[in-house]
Amino acid sequence: MLQAFQQRRWSLVLLWVLIVAAIIAAPAVLPVFRLNLLGRFLSLAIVALGIDLIWGFTGLLSLGQGIFFALGGYAMAMYLQLNSSADLPNGIPEFFSLYGVNRLPGFWEPFHSPVFTLVAIWLIPAVLAAVLGNLVFRNRIKGVYFSILTQAALLVFFNFFNGQQKLINGTNGLKTDVTQLFGQMVGSPEMQRGFFWLTAVVVILAWLFLRWVVRGRFGDVLIAIRDDEPRLRFAGYNPTLFKTIVFAVAGGLAGVGGALYTVQSGIVSPQFMTVPFSIEMVIWVAVGGRGTLVGAILGAVVINYAKSLVSEAMPQSWLFIQGGLFILVVTALPEGVIGWFRGDGPRNWMNRLGIARRSPTYPRLEREGQQEVQP
Amino acid sequence: MTQPLLELRQITVSFDGFLALRDLNLSLQPGELRAVIGPNGAGKTTFLDVITGKTAPTEGAVVFKGRSLIGTLEHRIARLGIGRKFQSPRVFEKLSVQENLALAVSQPKQPWSLLLGGLNGQQRDRVQQLMSIVNLQNRADWVAGALSHGQKQWLEIAMLVGQDPDLLLVDEPVAGLTDEETDLTADLLKSLAGDHTVLVIEHDMEFIRRLDSPVTVLHQGHVLCEGKMDQVQADPRVIEVYLGTTEEDNG
Ligand SMILES: Nc1ncnc2c1ncn2[C@@H]1O[C@H](COP(=O)(O)OP(=O)(O)OP(=O)(O)O)[C@@H](O)[C@H]1O
Ligand SMILES: [Mg+2]
Repeated sequence: MLQAFQQRRWSLVLLWVLIVAAIIAAPAVLPVFRLNLLGRFLSLAIVALGIDLIWGFTGLLSLGQGIFFALGGYAMAMYLQLNSSADLPNGIPEFFSLYGVNRLPGFWEPFHSPVFTLVAIWLIPAVLAAVLGNLVFRNRIKGVYFSILTQAALLVFFNFFNGQQKLINGTNGLKTDVTQLFGQMVGSPEMQRGFFWLTAVVVILAWLFLRWVVRGRFGDVLIAIRDDEPRLRFAGYNPTLFKTIVFAVAGGLAGVGGALYTVQSGIVSPQFMTVPFSIEMVIWVAVGGRGTLVGAILGAVVINYAKSLVSEAMPQSWLFIQGGLFILVVTALPEGVIGWFRGDGPRNWMNRLGIARRSPTYPRLEREGQQEVQP
Repeated sequence: MTQPLLELRQITVSFDGFLALRDLNLSLQPGELRAVIGPNGAGKTTFLDVITGKTAPTEGAVVFKGRSLIGTLEHRIARLGIGRKFQSPRVFEKLSVQENLALAVSQPKQPWSLLLGGLNGQQRDRVQQLMSIVNLQNRADWVAGALSHGQKQWLEIAMLVGQDPDLLLVDEPVAGLTDEETDLTADLLKSLAGDHTVLVIEHDMEFIRRLDSPVTVLHQGHVLCEGKMDQVQADPRVIEVYLGTTEEDNG
């Protein structure tokens, strides 16, 4: 049993080596178009990591992460547009003239500052998540009611952003690919390569950070909230506080992911806040494996890569494949691919194929027995 | 007598008109060990719910260390020094025995203190000590969900003790335990009394007898009588409600 456990540990280390090697090799191997796609999917992996924290560990199924994702994207795009509009009429982004606006709306002003923008990308979504989350958690709204509320909030934000032409160009969104950063065009291959590296580093940092968060007693409290929140209260813990914190962290991560996604896709628009997209985010985590972190990364990257490959070949079929994948996971692999792998999945399969070693009935006795044999 | 540690005054709990507790009065002295018995549905669990803030009483006052608990949130009541073991064992099934106990002994229970450090040496020793008290030291790394019913009972008792409350509320601690385990549990609770105040709910009369403590009999949400086990068992009203010969209201 201990051996099996160690084998599994090693397999996971191997998995990580492979992931890091793939990321390092990607810029050399992939054409810019594919590299750019991979960079976008890694940005989505950052969102997925946040979802794993709140859903996989804490049991909060949010169907509204698109809100925070989009806010990060808008913050980034507003800065880039301002940074590139000095020579334009009125010195404000071009789209304003379409609606006869010739003065910059006040809330755009702070986005002249790169420092403010870098903070706003994660802080605005995090604070919004904390405020919304606290309101919901304090009133002890849980489970499916929480999910419905997050989806309702998503719809509110989607409709609001869609309708605000004069403030943020409404449905059309804000383009970033032709904007300037460090005197270069954001959409240029060199910049895109840079964004790929940046995203890869942020994914790893986010993963390390969350691993630290979930490792110790804090993570144990999250799991306790997921499994029996009322019981935890009687042990003297305040679940509302913990839930608010992790929801804010997930919101912040979604914002960072949204900003990185925006610069690599060249645009942010209310499409980031559609209902299906936020549901897809949850599916990546479910397929990869809830409560595994690495599963969230793999789920986001692999599913989206598959999606782009399938959509190129057979444009209509992806939705069916995605739906099928979700049903398969829910029915056959409820812990997701990584969860299955970490659990008894491989052994059960080997058992079925008749190649597994007998698993001990009293593992501890056998282990101690082995120790006694040792000199 | 000193000021009681806990006092319930004229507590009434109504669930849509059904009175689970009716005008219930009870007080516990510091260090006291008290047993509470009563037929199924007498309101025993409900009365723990009222003390621990799970259920708000329709009427009445709960006073702990001279402070009213009405309207106080559950986790705050717990931090004031009231711990509770549930009727059917409730442990965190996905966490290991050790992790369950670590959460119980952690102090303070704030997010940042949990994030920024592990248990201190004293707390780690305490976890080890608790595991050996309830005989789970060689199950330390097992997930609690894999334990037997009796082991879960004991783990939850150990968690309760680890929380180090002034008042321990113990709901049916020996259901599903062997006779030997039952005796050990009784001895453990007796040894805690004195330093702690302990209130035990049980149906197991042998166990209650072994506790050798004053007994409160609850019936239809009301205190029927209080006294030594022998007195209580000889009381005709108690015999009546337990044997259920008449449906007469004793209120
Ligand atoms: N939330 C609730 N809503 C409605 N009725 C309730 C609720 N909780 C308890 N009751 C009722 O209140 C009465 C007392 O229940 P309680 O659980 O306190 O009994 P008990 O003395 O603990 O019984 P047991 O020995 O079976 O555990 C029962 O009739 C029960 O059905
Ligand atoms: Mg009960």
